[in-house]
Parts: sequence; structure tokens; C-alpha cells
Amino acid sequence: MSPTMTFRIAFKALGRNKMRTGLTMLGMIIGVAAVITLVAMGNGAQTVIEDQIKGAGTNMITVNAGNFTSGGVRMGVGASSSLTPEDADAIRSQVPGVQFVAPGANLRSQVVAGNQNWYTRVQGTDVDLPLIRSWATRHGSFFDTRDVASAAKVAVLGTTVNTQLFGEGVDSVGHVIRIRSQPFRVVGVMVSKGQGMGEDMDDQILVPYTTVQKKLLGITFIHNITVSASSASQTGSTADAIAILLRARHKIVPGQDDDFMIRTLEEMADIRTQAMGTMTTLLAGIAGVSLIVGGIGIMNIMLVSVTERTREIGLRMAIGAKARDVLLQFLVEAVALSLIGGVIGIALGFFIAQGMERWMSWPAKIPPNAVAIAFGFAAAVGVFFGFYPARKAARLDPIEALRYE
Amino acid sequence: MPPVIDISHLVKTFVVGEVEVRALRGVSLAVSPGEFIAITGPSGSGKSTLMHILGCLDRPTSGTYLLDGRDVSRMNKDELADIRNQKIGFVFQGFNLLARTTALDNVELPLLYRSGRLRTHERQMRALEALKTVGLSDRADHKPNQLSGGQQQRVAIARALITSPSLLLADEPTGNLDTRTSVEIMGIFQRLNRERGLTVLVITHEHDIAEYATRVISCRDGLIVADRPVAHRRDADEDLRKLPLEETVA
Ligand SMILES: Nc1ncnc2c1ncn2[C@@H]1O[C@H](COP(=O)(O)OP(=O)(O)O)[C@@H](O)[C@H]1O
Ligand SMILES: [Mg+2]
Repeated sequence: MSPTMTFRIAFKALGRNKMRTGLTMLGMIIGVAAVITLVAMGNGAQTVIEDQIKGAGTNMITVNAGNFTSGGVRMGVGASSSLTPEDADAIRSQVPGVQFVAPGANLRSQVVAGNQNWYTRVQGTDVDLPLIRSWATRHGSFFDTRDVASAAKVAVLGTTVNTQLFGEGVDSVGHVIRIRSQPFRVVGVMVSKGQGMGEDMDDQILVPYTTVQKKLLGITFIHNITVSASSASQTGSTADAIAILLRARHKIVPGQDDDFMIRTLEEMADIRTQAMGTMTTLLAGIAGVSLIVGGIGIMNIMLVSVTERTREIGLRMAIGAKARDVLLQFLVEAVALSLIGGVIGIALGFFIAQGMERWMSWPAKIPPNAVAIAFGFAAAVGVFFGFYPARKAARLDPIEALRYE
Repeated sequence: MPPVIDISHLVKTFVVGEVEVRALRGVSLAVSPGEFIAITGPSGSGKSTLMHILGCLDRPTSGTYLLDGRDVSRMNKDELADIRNQKIGFVFQGFNLLARTTALDNVELPLLYRSGRLRTHERQMRALEALKTVGLSDRADHKPNQLSGGQQQRVAIARALITSPSLLLADEPTGNLDTRTSVEIMGIFQRLNRERGLTVLVITHEHDIAEYATRVISCRDGLIVADRPVAHRRDADEDLRKLPLEETVA
């Protein structure tokens, strides 16, 4: 039998019992729509996280003192005093492909301005930080190299801190705040940056790292170094070069654990998006189960259909239909059920994703291959669950089929 | 002329559980082209079983069957399907038309399973031609539930004719019809047999229906017990003229 005829007969058969056909398709529709919607939601969230992290600069490298495990003893990041400003200088002068370097030392402290106070992070850093983070000031300006050299008591506020101490949008430049009872002059307020690298960038105070070392903590080492590579593509090799340099400077022999930890923003972004991707796959997998349920629905209806049409099958065989013709006819019917259901499901999934975006402001993004995969999956479900009923039909004995009541 | 059908020592045994049912116990028969044969016999005597084998719907347990000189008793299922499609026309007691499908579509059905493809237009022309042969060209668009029993059987005959088979097999084609309609159907068979030289085999357990044939074969317990020419052959057209008209109401 010609393919066109096979299709025509299949569609005619489906059209005969519209209610049943519709309900059977519903299983596929819901399954496919669920998969599409969940993948769209997961994918959208993934893109947002990716954008957020990448927005902070993909060429950023952070060096933290200490390591998760050091000499067999579990230690925290920053729990080491081996990282020094000289390490930062060495990175700046000896590692090729390095653009900006900012040594850092921080603490958490109560900060007081007038009768307001706020507990926040005091981040000691260098003048390169706004360049690495492409971060501008909203009021005033960032502290300069002279402030760093002299360990000046100057502070640049994140917007959250500024709001807590002085009020929303207030230009606090020139005011004095107290950190650990020492007066600091506010020289600038940063623009809002939001969440970045897992911490609220706006909820912190930026001061020269030398000031943290000498005036606040009384230490000679530093906690971290923030570096930017001159291009995003060089980030990996630059990070490797820094590791080699620091190992040499810290006299770490092969086999011994590093006393520092280097991470690139790229890596962090990858880890986060990977986690989100796993989550999406998991959810889509759960939704995929409903596709199988839809497939069982198709199989059930096809079995009913084969039984109902036993005499018709017998007649077709008696006038020359081969087992192959019968098999194909029922298989095409099952696949048509699943594919039409699949297409409607994809459309419905699009619709729901759009709705999520519009009314729940969830960034839903449907990857093009998800549509192809959903379509392929629907076809596979049709073939898989349609095969058994179709084979049952094809194996009928024409005489017995004709005699079937 | 060589026989269309040449069977010898045909045996068919069904195994139902532990019991063996010997439906045919060694049947031999030769049918020449252009013969019109009626097969009679009591219920359970093996008439249908014989016809199923003759129609290549079933294979014998033993014995040989030459159809147009070819041994079909050892053919595989696909080959048998092709034979059924090309050489044999079936008419069943229960018509077996596809419901909710027009007479025209029902008639062209066998053409869909032909190996050589035909254009839709050609298929429909031939279906219409076949419907005309049975006098139903004005009912081409009717569905089975819009047709009387006799009309439905005529659609079934048209369907059996569309592939121009060399053999027309009918298993109790008049079993569900009233007397007048039965005679009409036999008239169609007689005309096809006379005008086209079509070989016709009809199963019936009505003696007067058997007399429209040229030869009557009687079965009993899976054997042919009598095989004789019809002495006074009836002519369906003549009988129809004599039958009172009110019987056509059904
Ligand atoms: N598929 C089958 N399975 C078992 N027994 C069968 C089958 N078909 C026919 N028979 C048996 O074979 C015998 C002949 O049946 P059948 O050819 O239908 O007789 P008829 O058509 O003359 O009434 C009967 O005893 C019947 O029960
Ligand atoms: Mg019978």
C-alpha cells in the first residue's frame, strides 16, 4: 500500500472517534507541554544566572589564602597567613596577560554613622577593584593610590550601607562613619551592583587594604587577591600561571597541597549553570514520565481499536493486505496520535512558558533543540507503544478475524 | 483446457486442545475455467474449510492445490496475500463491508493492496465500472447503513470483481437475504459466468439456489460424497420475472 493511502486510512480511523482520539492525545499533550514548560523555566533561570555572573566580568580570577584542605587538616578559605601584598606585586609584574590586580583583606564589623548603625563587610582592596568589576561610583570617587600608600581612613560605601546609614539615595560624601571606633571619611558611594559571586556587592564598605591591615586588623598578610586577565580567553592560562608563580613563591613542593585557592569566574559560572542544568534535566525527566503514561494511554486505545476492528483487519487481509500493510496502518495511527499530541503539547508548552514570563516574571526560554527532542520523543513513544498493538493486528489470522463477533 | 482449480487428497486437521478435528479428510477436485459450481452439504461438513483453502486464506494440512497450474499449498503468507488480491474474488455471507465508508471506497479497497500502484482517478473509474456491473452505479456515494442487504451484497460482489479475478468464491452469499434478493444475486453470478467466463464457486445449503449452477458438489464429514451436473439449470432472470413483486420490499 502506498504511504499516502496508509496515512489517509489512519487519519480516517482517528477521525471516526474524535472524543476518544482527543482524550488519548491529551495524555501526550500534557506530557509534552510539561516537559517543554519545565525545560523552558530551567533554561531561562540558567541563562539569568549565567548572565549575572558573566556580567561581573568573565576574565576575573580570585586568589584566596588557604585551602579547603591543607596538610590533611580541613581549613577554611582565608585561614592562612601566607598570602602577602608582595605576592600581588609579583603577579602584577611577572605573570603575562594580567591586567589589573587588587589585594584584599576584609572583616565584618559594626559601622556607625550618627545614631545609625549597620553590621556589614568591610572590604580592604586596591584602586584596581572598580576596574576589574567595571564598577562606577554614584557619588564622589573611589579612593586613590595615595590613600592606599598612606593607609588613609577613607571609605567608599555600597548602596545598601549608604541607605542604612544615611537614607536612600543620599549623597553621604564628606560624612564621617566609625568602624571599630575609628573615624573614616566617606569619599564615594558606589552604584548598585546587586548579587555577584554569591555575595551582595552592595552590602559592603570598600576601604584601602593597607588600612584594614594596619588600622583595623594589625596584620601584614592579605586574605585574597582579585585579578583580571587582559582577555576572557586568556583567563584559564593566566590562572595557571598565577598558580605556578605562587607555588614557587610559597615554596610548595610537588605533592604538597597549595596554601591558596584560585578560582576563575568562568569556573564558578560553569558550576552554577551545571547545577541548574542538572536540576532542569531532573525536572524534565520527571515530566518525561508523564509522556510514558501518555504512551500507555495510546497503547491501551490502540489495543481496543485492534479488537474492535478485528473483522475489518480480517477483511483487508482476505482481499490482499499483507501483515506488513496491517502493521504499518496501526503503527501510523499510533504515531499520528502521539505526534499530533506532541505538536499540540509543544504549542501549549510555548504558551505556558510565555504566561510564566509575562505574569510570573519567570524568565522562560525554550531552547530550539528541546522542541526537536520533544517531537522526536513523541514519535518514539508512538512507535514504542504502538508497535505491540500493531503487531497484534498484523498477526491475526484472516479467517479467525473475519469470524470474530 | 487445464483446470483453474486442481486439488488432490486435501486434508485439513484442526487441533483444538487435545482434540483433533478433521475438517477435510482427503478431497480431490478439478474445476475447469468457466464452470459454475455449487457446494452443498450439512453444517459442519467442511464446505467453508474447503473454500478457505481454495481462496488461499488457509493452507491444507496435507495434499496439493494447483491454482492456474501453480502449487499454492506451500506458498508463504505474503505470496498468498498477492494471490488473494490478484486471482480471487471473495463474497461473504455477512458482506463484510467497511462501515461508514462509501460503496465506491469499499469497492476500490483491493486495488489499494495491489503491488502496482494506480492513480486515484483510475482506481475510482474501475470501482465505478464494477459498481455498474452489479447495477449500483447510482449508489456509489452511499454508505453501507444506507443500503439494503441485497445492495450491500452487490457492493461486496463489485469489490470482489474489481481486480478481475479468475475465480469468484462465495460462502453462503444469500444466507442473509430474502428469496427475491437471493435470486437477484444468483442472477449477477450467472451473468458474470456467462458473459465473462468467470469461474464461480458458491456455497449454499438451499437446493433451489444450487440449481443456478452448472455442477453441484455435496460434502459430508469432510469428504465429497456427490459430484453431478445440474440436470435442469435454472435461469435467474427468468425466475425473477415469475416472482411476485411484493417480496422486494425487504
Ligand atoms: N478454526 C477452526 N478450529 C477448529 N475447528 C474448526 C475450525 N474451523 C472449522 N472447524 C471445524 O471443522 C469442521 C468443518 O467446519 P466448516 O468448514 O466451517 O463447515 P461448514 O462450512 O460446512 O459448516 C467443523 O466441525 C468445525 O467445527
Ligand atoms: Mg460454513
